[in-house]
Amino acid sequence: MHPAFSVLIFTVTSGAGYGLLAWLGAGQLLGFTQTLTVNQQIVIGLMAMVLVSIGLASSTMHLANPKNAWRSFSRFRTSWLSREAVFAILLYPVAGLYAAAIFWQWSGINILAGLSMILALVTLFTTSMIYASLKTIRQWNTPMVPALFMAYALISGGVLFLAVDAFFGTLKPQLQAVVMGLVVITLALKLVYFFWQGKPQGATIQTATGFSQASVRLLDAGHSAPTFLNREFGYQVAADQLLRLRVIMTLVTFIVPLALVYCVFGGLVGAELLGLAWLIMMAGLLLERWLFFAEARHVVRLYQGEQRT
Amino acid sequence: MKLGLVVDLDTCVGCHACATACKQWNTSGTIGPLSDERPHGKDPSGSWLNRIHSYEVGDSPHSKTVNIPMSCMHCETADCVTVCPTGASYKREEDGIVLIDQDKCMGCNLCSWACPYGARELDPNSGTMKKCTLCVDRIYDEQLPEAERQPACVLTCPTSSRVFGDFDDPDSEVSRLTRERAGQQLMPELGYNPVNTYLPPRIPKQQDSMSVSPMQGVRQLVNRIINR
Repeated sequence: MHPAFSVLIFTVTSGAGYGLLAWLGAGQLLGFTQTLTVNQQIVIGLMAMVLVSIGLASSTMHLANPKNAWRSFSRFRTSWLSREAVFAILLYPVAGLYAAAIFWQWSGINILAGLSMILALVTLFTTSMIYASLKTIRQWNTPMVPALFMAYALISGGVLFLAVDAFFGTLKPQLQAVVMGLVVITLALKLVYFFWQGKPQGATIQTATGFSQASVRLLDAGHSAPTFLNREFGYQVAADQLLRLRVIMTLVTFIVPLALVYCVFGGLVGAELLGLAWLIMMAGLLLERWLFFAEARHVVRLYQGEQRT
Repeated sequence: MKLGLVVDLDTCVGCHACATACKQWNTSGTIGPLSDERPHGKDPSGSWLNRIHSYEVGDSPHSKTVNIPMSCMHCETADCVTVCPTGASYKREEDGIVLIDQDKCMGCNLCSWACPYGARELDPNSGTMKKCTLCVDRIYDEQLPEAERQPACVLTCPTSSRVFGDFDDPDSEVSRLTRERAGQQLMPELGYNPVNTYLPPRIPKQQDSMSVSPMQGVRQLVNRIINR
């Protein structure tokens, strides 16, 4: 699949934003935001919504006919993309009320915190289901995709929460331990995903053409220059290059940020390095998302001559 | 009704006439022009609703060239319709034709991702998705003589390897051909239930040319011509 840069930016930044908001809501419910002042909590909430908004704005960039984007709220009952649009917009007034509840210390603050957290997670889930619901791409059509998308959001939001917490001088070692644990779990999930993806499975050129008992080779694709289908689905990266990028991605997204958080946890380096850990993790997640697209092989490629997906 | 096409892979010669007839008819049809990029340049590109791929099936010397024209299969389980967030993509209840409302499409490409057959292409000019309409603006046009109320690709096919009809009617030609020639769906394991059906090439009668001497062969041929 062609990795559209706007979609990479969208899923990574809005993911971190939703993750941060989920941590803020969880902090209200579990009590670990009590060390923060009202203004500090509102700053964290604003940061989350700015990240989410940058992502959503970026997502509209890949539309070829954006003047009809407003119609995307209309098919909530069937389309995951429509559900994503509805939940993403619904979160704004709820998050606004949550901010008001923080500011004026309303008694119903826990309900609004919980609701914001749930909406953030539900929006993440709807985004991931856009990909996971496609039967045409076996690399995406797996429950691991929503699980991973939510995990990425929680670790990128979590490290950002730690960084901001450290900036305010209220860094809590217990929270660092929890985030480090989540990073390890996410890494394990990703490795399981890579293992599964490597297994040959799914449709082949035989089932695509109906000649299940013979070898089938493409003689002529029927066009002399690349088509929309080639550009959208024919994205090809050399296998050794992909392997190299997988290793780099694993180091940059998981290992280096994990090591930095651990060093801060152990007091080896200053807590200000948590911000650096977050930036490195975000760069790694961008590469992860690029790989997510570059490694996805749509079944249309079988008609273009590929033997299997 | 369940309208769709039967394509005979035995007689299709891969001439691309169906694709050009389709482009010619539909570029002035209900979905607006099918625009092109650099039509006279080195690498012309553009939206087509029908494309033909040619394959070598089997291994030489027992191989065979098979041409597979592909357009929208008007699937019964059309994921392209369910993924559409704007409601632009829809399947007609009365005849099962899958269409795109050009006034609603926002060009997000998701329906083309959901289609396993590559039936949907983004129009580079309008930024909306285009696909086979089964010539919905021909097949119901009462101004046309009845014989011409068929998709452009079917009318133009020089080997009559494309047949249009109602798969819900067991006596229609498409149903009969599917039954008699063991018509099959492409990539059925994905579960889209495509309506369009492909007739596999007929298996040629096995002839052992070595057991017949050349003269016998000529005699048989002459006898056959005389007896006609």
